[in-house]
Amino acid sequence: MRKLLFQSLLQSALTERAPTPDGPQLAELAESLAGAARRRLGRSLSIREVDAGSCNGCELEIHALNNAFYDIERFGLRFVASPRHADVLLVTGPVTKNMQVALERTYAATPDPKWVVAAGDCAANCGVFSGSYACVGAVSSVIPVDLHIRGCPPNPMTLLKGLIALVDQMVV
Amino acid sequence: MQGLPASAARAQPRVIVDAASWTRAGQDIASGQGTLLSLWGDVDTVHLAALEEGQIGILTFACALGRFPSIGRFHPPALRLERTICDLYGLQAEDPPDTRRWLDHGRWGARQPLGKNPPAPSTGDPYAFRPVEGPPMHQIPVGPVHAGIIEPGHFRFTANGETVVRLEERLGYVHKGIDHLMTGASPEQAAKLAGRVSGDSTIAYAIAFAQAVEAALGLEPPPRAVWLRALMAELERVANHFGDIGAICNDASFSLIHAHCSILREHVLRAADACFGHRLMMDRVVPGGVTADLGNDGIAHLRTLTAMIRRRFPELVELYDNTASLQDRTVTTGVLAGDLARQYGAGGFIGRASGRAFDARKAPGYAPYDRVRFEVPVRQEGDVDARVWVRIDEVFQSVSLIEQVLEALPGGSLQAGPAPSVPRNGNEGLALVEGFRGDIFAWVRLDPDGKIARCHLRDPSWFQWPLLEAAIEGNIVADFPLCNKSFNCSYSGHDL
Repeated sequence: MRKLLFQSLLQSALTERAPTPDGPQLAELAESLAGAARRRLGRSLSIREVDAGSCNGCELEIHALNNAFYDIERFGLRFVASPRHADVLLVTGPVTKNMQVALERTYAATPDPKWVVAAGDCAANCGVFSGSYACVGAVSSVIPVDLHIRGCPPNPMTLLKGLIALVDQMVV
Repeated sequence: MQGLPASAARAQPRVIVDAASWTRAGQDIASGQGTLLSLWGDVDTVHLAALEEGQIGILTFACALGRFPSIGRFHPPALRLERTICDLYGLQAEDPPDTRRWLDHGRWGARQPLGKNPPAPSTGDPYAFRPVEGPPMHQIPVGPVHAGIIEPGHFRFTANGETVVRLEERLGYVHKGIDHLMTGASPEQAAKLAGRVSGDSTIAYAIAFAQAVEAALGLEPPPRAVWLRALMAELERVANHFGDIGAICNDASFSLIHAHCSILREHVLRAADACFGHRLMMDRVVPGGVTADLGNDGIAHLRTLTAMIRRRFPELVELYDNTASLQDRTVTTGVLAGDLARQYGAGGFIGRASGRAFDARKAPGYAPYDRVRFEVPVRQEGDVDARVWVRIDEVFQSVSLIEQVLEALPGGSLQAGPAPSVPRNGNEGLALVEGFRGDIFAWVRLDPDGKIARCHLRDPSWFQWPLLEAAIEGNIVADFPLCNKSFNCSYSGHDL
């Protein structure tokens, strides 16, 4: 173990440079963020991930945000275990009818001010699952969404750009 | 061993049977002759697939009165599949031991969506968890929204102090109606759906679906496509095993291995992206072949990757092996008995860690695995530690397979020519493909115009989820995340 730790000290960092947030995402956010909330939260955001019906592809890439390459915590963003600790719900999947109530309750359990980020194509428009008897629809048809991050699944850099856009808008 | 066809064409033709033969088949499977591969509904019929001595057989029972003799009466692994047939098609198992709905939570606004489809209120059904008697028990409900970044499902623990007396799962939260969406879809659209049944196994699912369609059409994918599929499948297996090994150690609060495994996993995904244009390689395998080629740059990239894994991973394995505090958590935790693994036909690392040496790449087998050398690692202990070790051993096997594929990769086209005008297999095809989690069973029936009439995809998790309930019994509640992660069953793959 000491050898591994020592090697890590000598290696250069694997971490990628911070991406610049996307233009269209900034525009979407500018509408949804109020100045008072920016002052209250500063640059720190706690995220609760909710799988509302995903195929688990999005979850794999969200997991990758924690690895040494993306290291999401350096931006003041961290994943928390309960909606009661969260500022942001990061929701994936077409919302299935069997998950609708759970998603609504998770949203209700998240204290204000709060934001919802819909990650992945399914969360935006049901993706390949549109037209099913078992899906309610996009995340925005169940709870209000402040930001969409597209992709099937969105790769970690795309997710990071979207989330940084969220933070940047809050500290203007 | 040479000349094995790419699709599982060694399957016997489907046989239509009467109630007595259907019941006898169920009793034979229950007595250990053969393994239940799947049980699924169709229009007014039910099908049963079993594996016996490397051969796959399919039985069909016509449900004249909307009923069929229950297999679950003799063979518990069939129970959840029978409940699902009833939920989706309204075909009832006769005298089933469990009459509760499974995927249908009473939220769809209708019952039997693939059967008669009568409207129903979407207010939700109550669900009766099995009672546990005797003081001083308490219940712990967990989910469907869990604490980690994982999929939704409900776990109902009954505990005596710290010890779990019973775990009962309730799944179906991510049911997306894939069977319904498949029906009437073109093979191209259906391939996209198949690749999103369980995102972590997208390549394995895409191969299983493609092989089944190819078997139905009598289509032979070109050799280069067959080898590229194996390359992608092994990259997927390595990436998932790195993720799992790290996550299991993390759940035992040993984050150093987790951090290093995450780096290795990221390297694999980046290599997949560089070679095939998508980190998870979604939509790269389609019926008839593959949609992405591997250039010389890609080959060099993968050689660098395998060399790096061979250099770095052994250090992590040594660390796992020599850390007593970590072994203290994993050894003898969550033991799955070998006879249960055999009864349920548990695939993947779960079966192999409990002595069931089954691997669909070996038997029934499919190309190109008859042309490469690899071993199937098996352990007998059945605990979390054994499931970690099977994954570790499989990483080295898969790295070797990637190297062998790069060595032997034939040239030629990526896609088969047009399908023969007269399908030779009665428009039906099946496949059994080894994903990282275990064997994925696929069965398709095509319309005369080439659209999907019925597609059934059975995730390995169907036979692994019930075993988690058995493995956790007698363990402490705090070890559940560790046991659960060592199983790593798919919610989405199971819920469909």
